Amino acid sequence: MAFITANWNPLGEAFYRKTELYEMSWNLRDGLRDSLVAAAPYGALLREPHRRSPSSRPQLEIYSASGVAIASFPWKSGPVVQLGWTVSDELLCVQEDGSVLIYDLFGSFKRHFSMGQSQVLEAKVFHSPYGTGVAIVTGSSRFTLATNIDELKLRRLPEVPGLQGKPSCWVVLTQDRQTKVLLSNGPELFILDNTSCTAVCPPGLSPQAGNIVHMSVSFSYKYLALFTDTGHLWTGSSHLQEKLSEVDTKKTTTPKQMIWCRRPKSQQPSVVLMWDRLLLDPCVLVGELDGVRIVSSTNQELLQEVPLVCQDIFKIASMAPGALLLEAHREYEKSSQKADEYLREIKEQSMLGEAVRQCVEAAGHEYDTNTQKSLLRAASFGKCFLTDFSPDQFVTTCRELRVLNAVRESSVGLPLTHTQFKQMTLQVLIDRLVYRQFYPLAIEICRYLKIPDYQGVSRVLKHWASYEAIARAVCVKVGDSPGVSYSHIAAKAYECGRTELAIKLLDFEARSGEQVPLLLKMKRSQLALSKAVESGDTDLVYTVVSYLKNEMNRGDFFMTLRNQPVALSLYRQFCKLQEQDTLKDLYNQDDDHQELANYYVMSGSEMIDPTHLRLSLLQSAVDEYNKAKNEFAAKATEDEMRLLRFQRKLDDEKGAGLLGLSLQATIEALLALGLHKQAEQLYRDFKVPDKRYWWLKLKSLAEKEEWEELEKFSKSKKSPIGYLAFVEVCIKCNNKYEAKKYVSKVAPEQKVKAHLAVSDLEGAADAAIERRNESEMAAVLSRCSASDRLLIDRLNRARTTATKK
Amino acid sequence: MAAHLSYGRVNLNILREAARKELREFLDKCSGSKAIVWDEYLTGPFGLIAQYSLLKEHEVEKMFTLKSGRLPSADVKNIIFFVRPRLELMDIIAENVFSEDKLHSSREFHILFVPRRSMLCEQRLKEYFEFHTSYRFVAECYLENDQTSLYHTAKGLMTLQALYGTIPQIYGKGECARHVANMMLRMKREFAGSQNQILPVFDTLLLLDRNVDLLTPLATQLTYEGLIDEIYGINNGYVKLPPEKFAQKKQGEASKDLPTEPKKLQLNSAEELYAEIRDKNFNAVGAALSKKAKIISAAFEERHNAKTVGEIKQFVSQLPHMQAARSSLANHTSIAELIKDITTSEAFFDNLTVEQEFMTGVDTDKVNTYIEDCIAQKDPLIKILRLVCMQSVCNNGLKQKVFDYYKREILQTYGYEHILTLNNLEKGGLLKPQTSSRNNYPTIRKTLKLWMEDANEQNPNDISYVYSGYAPLSIRLTQVLARPGWRSIEEVLKMLPGPHFEERQQLPAGLHKKRQQGENRTTLVFFLGGVTYAEIAALRFLSQMEDSGMEYIIATTKLINGTTWIKSLMDRPECQTP
Repeated sequence: MAFITANWNPLGEAFYRKTELYEMSWNLRDGLRDSLVAAAPYGALLREPHRRSPSSRPQLEIYSASGVAIASFPWKSGPVVQLGWTVSDELLCVQEDGSVLIYDLFGSFKRHFSMGQSQVLEAKVFHSPYGTGVAIVTGSSRFTLATNIDELKLRRLPEVPGLQGKPSCWVVLTQDRQTKVLLSNGPELFILDNTSCTAVCPPGLSPQAGNIVHMSVSFSYKYLALFTDTGHLWTGSSHLQEKLSEVDTKKTTTPKQMIWCRRPKSQQPSVVLMWDRLLLDPCVLVGELDGVRIVSSTNQELLQEVPLVCQDIFKIASMAPGALLLEAHREYEKSSQKADEYLREIKEQSMLGEAVRQCVEAAGHEYDTNTQKSLLRAASFGKCFLTDFSPDQFVTTCRELRVLNAVRESSVGLPLTHTQFKQMTLQVLIDRLVYRQFYPLAIEICRYLKIPDYQGVSRVLKHWASYEAIARAVCVKVGDSPGVSYSHIAAKAYECGRTELAIKLLDFEARSGEQVPLLLKMKRSQLALSKAVESGDTDLVYTVVSYLKNEMNRGDFFMTLRNQPVALSLYRQFCKLQEQDTLKDLYNQDDDHQELANYYVMSGSEMIDPTHLRLSLLQSAVDEYNKAKNEFAAKATEDEMRLLRFQRKLDDEKGAGLLGLSLQATIEALLALGLHKQAEQLYRDFKVPDKRYWWLKLKSLAEKEEWEELEKFSKSKKSPIGYLAFVEVCIKCNNKYEAKKYVSKVAPEQKVKAHLAVSDLEGAADAAIERRNESEMAAVLSRCSASDRLLIDRLNRARTTATKK
Repeated sequence: MAAHLSYGRVNLNILREAARKELREFLDKCSGSKAIVWDEYLTGPFGLIAQYSLLKEHEVEKMFTLKSGRLPSADVKNIIFFVRPRLELMDIIAENVFSEDKLHSSREFHILFVPRRSMLCEQRLKEYFEFHTSYRFVAECYLENDQTSLYHTAKGLMTLQALYGTIPQIYGKGECARHVANMMLRMKREFAGSQNQILPVFDTLLLLDRNVDLLTPLATQLTYEGLIDEIYGINNGYVKLPPEKFAQKKQGEASKDLPTEPKKLQLNSAEELYAEIRDKNFNAVGAALSKKAKIISAAFEERHNAKTVGEIKQFVSQLPHMQAARSSLANHTSIAELIKDITTSEAFFDNLTVEQEFMTGVDTDKVNTYIEDCIAQKDPLIKILRLVCMQSVCNNGLKQKVFDYYKREILQTYGYEHILTLNNLEKGGLLKPQTSSRNNYPTIRKTLKLWMEDANEQNPNDISYVYSGYAPLSIRLTQVLARPGWRSIEEVLKMLPGPHFEERQQLPAGLHKKRQQGENRTTLVFFLGGVTYAEIAALRFLSQMEDSGMEYIIATTKLINGTTWIKSLMDRPECQTP
């Protein structure tokens, strides 16, 4: 405890500390010399591939971060330029010929892709918000980028002026959602983006500094470090807008590695440089979010800036509240009254809450479990003296530390810091554990942290089950945990040739979207169809239907659909859009005469000419309507055919242009043409109601101003529409004289309206007074102007008598 | 800018934000400059969640409308198509892309399907890019037994529950409602274990199938907003009005050149005045407007009283608000005038009289002379269909003789081809022959008090004010559900089509609401197959009633009125625009 600051080193304003993470359990014959090494960030794994001894084949070896061997096999493909890890823990091997091979953690080959058909001089694997990317320099000195290897899109960057061979050094930057390359060639520095190549100059770099021979960008792509051949080290923002510092290291050899060492909320950014042969044992530096891991052949250490809160607590003679609380607790354990003194001191400054918070936070940053414990105990001790202090932070930190300590175990080998864990999220941690096949540990963690089943236990079980592929036992074991993806397990079972089992497993799957594709793959199409229908997801139904259509003969296909009305109606709709003829067959098969008839009507309506085709379609419709016992429609269709024949005949004889008109429009047209006889014939033949015919004729005659004819018509028999209509239509055609003729014939209850229509106020008043109707009188009054004084008086008088009664 | 969404008890902005986030994420996936090609139909709905500025922030530089032929030229890296998953649109996209390909090889094309991708469309695109074939298609028909929209509804409700918590009680009435509820319960099983721990915002979900209440959309809406929609049609919150009344009368500039473009106005509750009058019966709007006019002019008069500099400053600071209020008042006065011209016409009055006769059950079993006359006068077919369907619904089907008579009249007057439209209306249950001799509409009307003789239009005390007497059936069902509960109207529910049901969804422990004294319950009412503005007004009215103890949130698949509704059921509506 007393020595907690023993491994601290001051640098500038901050302290740095080195913590031993592991003693490596590997046994390397030649150490790390002469091998290509790639380590995954987040303390995940360190793998040690491939030695280039001149004679023998290179060997690819994969280790966990604690040095436990995971896989090892001889390398049989071409020469490898660069190794790297993707965000999802897959190993990328970039070969000299531009192809990239992807292996999983256990060394099994997954897939490959190509960066273009050219020789690769140098390659870099980088991470960006889009995923893992690869960048290469080709033999023709051109850069090619792929920002996300899962959605491979190669971008060839513009040419760099004057560049021959590979540049002296380069890095990939991700800025403003764009991926760029920063490179130096001799004395020049360029930024390459998708479209252009710009020469840049780091601000404030002294001119005598020389050529840049090494560069490094920070984990967050925010800072950049440049090393020149005269030994100058320049640091600044990666936008090249400001300079942080410049140091002369007095070393003219190029460092082997140069890595940023900083943490979120760092006090000062700093860079770690490592030269060959400076240390006895060759090491590898691994940049992390909050520090640098130093891996040697015997052990692994974490170099980081001491978090501020730890400094506050452990700095010698610190008077920070946290430090006092820790001291108070220590005294308390010794049963010394000094505990009280310390506590009082904190309380007097009312800093107890802060003190507890500091201890909890510092505990999170400590790697040593004893230190963690004493800090947490102190926090818990301090908490007792606070009344309303939220325990959340304390509880969470305790839980998370427990998880972290578990995964840091050498056998698991994930040396995560608390900061890294927060960044990575629990989800990802569980994924990684599952990926490394630590199923029991993953489940324990899920249960311990009370993660909802679908994110936690069920997911782990799913992976476990598909890995083990012992599906029969699976159901028993997985049981009813909701949210387990059975389709996944079933797919595995099917791969193993156990179709029946797979189908049974699928029955447990609640998501039809997952069941259906697999069922189709297994050729259980009927089952797939019913599952799709059950889901209500029409897109899924379409998927199956179109699959069936191609797989089955027509008869079987129709029969299958018949048993699934929902699928059938969807297919019908599809046919309506695409295959009209199939639609007819479908109706035929179902004996759906009504729809069949409608189908004929529809096809008929698209075909106005030639008439005989339309007629024959309509005849078919009549037959079908009769079969469907729809007498009305059959009759209406027959009428339509009769009308068509009539129109055709008249068109042929007189060029009347009637074809396609409705009956009403036809009669109208006939009257307009003066073909009264034919109009009369249609009126009788088609039993047009009197009312409508009278309206029609009335309007038509008035429009043509055949007033005599109209008068004759009005007298032909008693009008079924009354005579007010005559008055109004005449007025509409601006013939008041004619209109007046009909006023006397209007029925008494409409008389006032009729008189008003012809602007005969006197008449209207007489009629209204006669009928003693108050509202009618009011209506007349409202039309009177001031000049009709006499009339107004009369009406008013009549009104009062009417109301009296 | 969308502050009016946040006021209510249920913060609808959450939903809007979720949609925006999804859009932003999508846009960011395609790096570099972009041009969006819009399916015109989608611009409205998208306008509700994202303004151009949002798109601009994400490097959207140009926007086009999707049409066949060549794309307009644009110097951008990505072309994004925002389309509905419709086959005919795929054809256009293919055409666009082919014409483009030869010019720029480095272009990237993306398609965003709204509401979601469809396997058929993807297949269609593949056909294009593999075989380069071409087909022609006819528009999709609505009447088929297609569950696609129900599936989307159920999915939508699941999303809603993900954002607002599981809804503990589900009630429903009608075939489609049952179906949606079943799918929801099924999806819940699929996502088992993934319920999020959100305190439920809604207490109840009520699913209503439009089929249950066919009458309401047929009736002419008499609220202010309802009438605007009936007469001019409201589209995604915008209405286009004849320009004459809006002519700017400036001095010196004689009104020689009246604007010929229709005036486009946005209507929503962000506009204070509109929020106040949208749900009022039209007869009460005049009074409200004149009251408002007085307040505004009084406010402007204030300036004479402003003496000190401080007072003047305060007055000036209120000016923009007052001016906005004044122009809003001017707009609505013009709209009200336009509507008044129509509502005071004899034709409107006659039509309304007949509607009300039907709704009160007067002579619904005979051929109606007014309808007869209208057919003889060749009034718009949709108007005729609305009335005939209404008569059929109010009589529980028409007598065979009456039924055949109307159909014959329509076919003879408007053309034989409408036989398919009539067939559709029959399938939809809007028009049918009477099968049983018993007409149960009067029973329904009496039990649910669908007709209120003394509807108070100025100071309503019952939902019937929205139709000046008729209380929408759908809303009555909602009202009864809240109090005293559906058990009291079991008999009537059996008379209405489709099953009625109640489901309960288990809430995770600890999420049960502890209700404060006097806190309102919140019900989400989902109308499957559309809702009218008047119905919405009625529901809002219920929410506002002090003793109702209920807050209603409305969701629907579509906003409808009688005209748009009948049109959607017509075989080929484009031949018959009134």
